[in-house]
Amino acid sequence: MFELLTSKFEDLFYRIRNRGKLSPQDLDNALREIRLALLEADVNFKVVKEFLDSIRAKALGQNILESLTPGQQVVKIVNEEIIGLLGQSNSEINFSGRPPTVFLMAGLQGTGKTTATVKLANFIKNRYQRKVSVIAADIYRPAAVVQLSDMAKQHDIEVFFKPEADPVSIAAEGVDFLKKRGSDVIIIDTAGRLHIDREMMEEIKNIRKKVFPHQIYLVLDAMTGQEAVNIARKFNEDIEFDGIILTKLDSDARGGAALSVNHVTGKPVKFISTGEKIDEFEPFYADRIASRILGMGDVLTLIEKAEKVIDEKKARELEDKILKNQLNFVDFIDQIKSIRKMGSLDKILGMLPVKNKSKVFSGINIDDSQISRIEAIINSMTMQEKLKPYIINGSRKKRIAAGSGTSVNDVNKLLKQFSTAQQTLKQFSRSGKNFSLPFNFP
Amino acid sequence: MQKLIKNLNFLWNKFRKNNEKFWAEIEEQFILNDISALTAEEIIRDVRNKSIGENINDAELLKNLLRNKIISILSENTNIMRSGDTPYIKESVKGRESASIWMIVGVNGVGKTSSIAKLARMFKSEGKKVLLTAADTFRAAAFEQIDHFAGLLDIPVVHHQRYSDPGAVVFDSIEKAAAGKFDIVLIDTAGRMHTAANLMEELKKIKRVIIKKTGSKPDEILMAVDSTTGQNSMSQTSAFHEALGLTGLILTKTDGTSRGGIVITIMNELGVPVKYITNGEKLENIEPFDPIIFTDRIIN
Repeated sequence: MFELLTSKFEDLFYRIRNRGKLSPQDLDNALREIRLALLEADVNFKVVKEFLDSIRAKALGQNILESLTPGQQVVKIVNEEIIGLLGQSNSEINFSGRPPTVFLMAGLQGTGKTTATVKLANFIKNRYQRKVSVIAADIYRPAAVVQLSDMAKQHDIEVFFKPEADPVSIAAEGVDFLKKRGSDVIIIDTAGRLHIDREMMEEIKNIRKKVFPHQIYLVLDAMTGQEAVNIARKFNEDIEFDGIILTKLDSDARGGAALSVNHVTGKPVKFISTGEKIDEFEPFYADRIASRILGMGDVLTLIEKAEKVIDEKKARELEDKILKNQLNFVDFIDQIKSIRKMGSLDKILGMLPVKNKSKVFSGINIDDSQISRIEAIINSMTMQEKLKPYIINGSRKKRIAAGSGTSVNDVNKLLKQFSTAQQTLKQFSRSGKNFSLPFNFP
Repeated sequence: MQKLIKNLNFLWNKFRKNNEKFWAEIEEQFILNDISALTAEEIIRDVRNKSIGENINDAELLKNLLRNKIISILSENTNIMRSGDTPYIKESVKGRESASIWMIVGVNGVGKTSSIAKLARMFKSEGKKVLLTAADTFRAAAFEQIDHFAGLLDIPVVHHQRYSDPGAVVFDSIEKAAAGKFDIVLIDTAGRMHTAANLMEELKKIKRVIIKKTGSKPDEILMAVDSTTGQNSMSQTSAFHEALGLTGLILTKTDGTSRGGIVITIMNELGVPVKYITNGEKLENIEPFDPIIFTDRIIN
C-alpha cells in the first residue's frame, strides 16, 4: 500500500537526513523529487502544485535553511501537510436515532462496490452488534445480484431484491421491507455508473431523494488516475456523498487519488479495503497513512490488528522478547498462528517501518501456503530445540525432518529464515521501545 | 544600439517565456491524461530538441511533432493494419486445424468478463465458432455473469464448480474445442492483484496447461487495463508481462472521461501494445485500437 510513494520519500529523506544542512538548492531538489513521487502516486497535477507551494512557503517561513536539523524539519512539514490533505480521520458510525440507519453506495464500474457493501455490512455487524441488511439495486450488471446475495448470505446478512423492478423502487421497497423486519442498518448497493452518464446519475439522485440515506459513500478505486478529482467532484455535486471508501489497497496501489479527492471535495476517506477476504476492511486513519508514506511504516494499524488476535498481555510479553532478542520457536509458532488470523504475511511486513523492505525481508519470504509445513517442522522439535534453536545439529535436523515429513533442506531453510527474522526484529529494537521511528523525529 | 539590444533581449525573453509556458502546458496536459511524469518529460525533451534543431516555433507545428511522436510510440510492436480509415488486427484468429487460444487476464474490476463477451460477439459476427471458458472459479457469481453473456450470444461455455481448479477447466475446454472444431477459445480468468504471488502462479499454471495440451503458447495473452486507472497500470502490466509474456492489452472503459494515457508509458517502457479498446456497455462496443484517434484525444 502506498509503496512507491513511501519508498520515494524514504530515499529522499534518507539523503536529506544524512546531510547536516539544507541549502536552497537542496530544498528545490527535495521539492522536485516530492513532485515526481506524488505524480507517480497519481496525486492530481493541480493538487501537487498546491501541495508543493504550501510546503515551500512553510519551509521558508520556518527559516528551515538555518535550522540545525533541516532534514527533520522538512520531514515534519511534509508529514503535516499530507495529514492536512487527507483530512480529519473519523470512521465512527453515527447511527440514526430512529433506526434503520441507511447507507447508499455509489461509484464507477469495477471499483468494488458490491464487495465493499458486504464488507461494510459485516464490519458494522461485528463492531456495533447491529442487525445489518443489504439491498441489491444493481439491475444492470449480469449476476451482480447473485454476487451480492451469495456473499451476504455467507455472512448471515439478509438481502433484499425484487426482480423486474427499477432500482429506485427496489431501494424504497427494500428499506420499508427491511425496516419491518427489524434491521438497524441497511446498505444499498447500486450499479456502477460513469459520472458523465446523465441518465444513470439521474437514477442515483432519485434513489437518494426517495430513501433519504443517512450516509452516502463514494467507493473509489485506489488505483484511480488523474481523473479521480473530476469523478469525485461530479458525484459530490449530484449526490453530495459523506465519505469515501478506498478499495484495492492490497496491491502496490499508490493511492494518491485519496489525497486529491479529499482535497477537492473536502470529504474524508472513511474506510479502506485491503484484500479479497471479508474482514480485509478497516477504518482509515490519515495520520497513519501519512506516516506510512513518509516511510515510518504503519505500526499503529499493525498493533491494533495484533491486539484483535493476540491478547494484550501476550503481546506485551512478545514485544519484550523481541526487544531483548529472545525470540524462540515457541513464540514463533504462536506468532504464526496469530499472524494467520491477521492476514497475509506480505501485508504485515508491509506495515513495518523498515527502509528497503524488499531487501531486509528477502530472507524471510514466507509464502502463506508454506506455513503449514513450517508448523509441522516446529511441532517435530523437542521443547529444548524450540527454546534454544542453536542446539539443532545435523542429527537433530534429520530427526525433525523425518518427524515432520519434510527434508533436511526444509529444516535448514526454516532455521535460516528464523535467524533472519530475529535479526530484522533486532533492528527494530535498536530504534527503541514501542517500535519508535527509525530516525529521530523532532 | 544599446536600445536595440535591450529590445531584442526583451523580445527574446518574452519568446522564451511563451515557449516555457507552451511546454509547461503540454506537460500538464500529458500528466492530467495519466502519461507518467517521466515519459511526458522524455517525449517533450525529444520533441523540443528536434524543434530547436529544425528551428520550429509555431505552436501548431510543434503539436504536430508531438502527435507524430506519440503515434509512433503507440504503433510499435502491434499488428494493427489499416484499410483506409479503419484499423483492423491482422490475423487475429488464424485459419488452422486447432482452435486459437486466448487468455484474458487483469486485476479486479477492470472489465475482463465484459471484454470477453465483446470479443466473443465480434468473432461470432465474423462467422467464427467461439468457445468460452469460465476459469474464474473464485469470485461469487463470476460464472453466472459469463453464462449470461453466453446465453445472449448463444455460445457454449465450459465451466466447473466454484473454487475448482482453473487449470482443469482450461484443460477441458481445449479438449472440447478440438472435438467440436471451434475456431477460438476465450478464457476468462479471475481478477487478481499483480502483487499476489500465489495467484500469479496460478495463471502461469493455466498457461502451462495450455502449452502442454496444445504444444504451443496461447495465441494471445491479453491484459485488460482500465483507462480510469493511473500509474498503477504500469506496475500491473510489468508484473503480468513478467509472469506470462503478454501479447497485448485491452484498454477498457474509454467511454468515460479518462483517456488512459498510461498506455503510452507502457508502450514506451515495456513495448506491450494495445490491441483493442472497449467504449461502452453494449456488446458491440469494442474496436481494434487506433493510435491516431487515441493520440488526437490526448493532444487536443
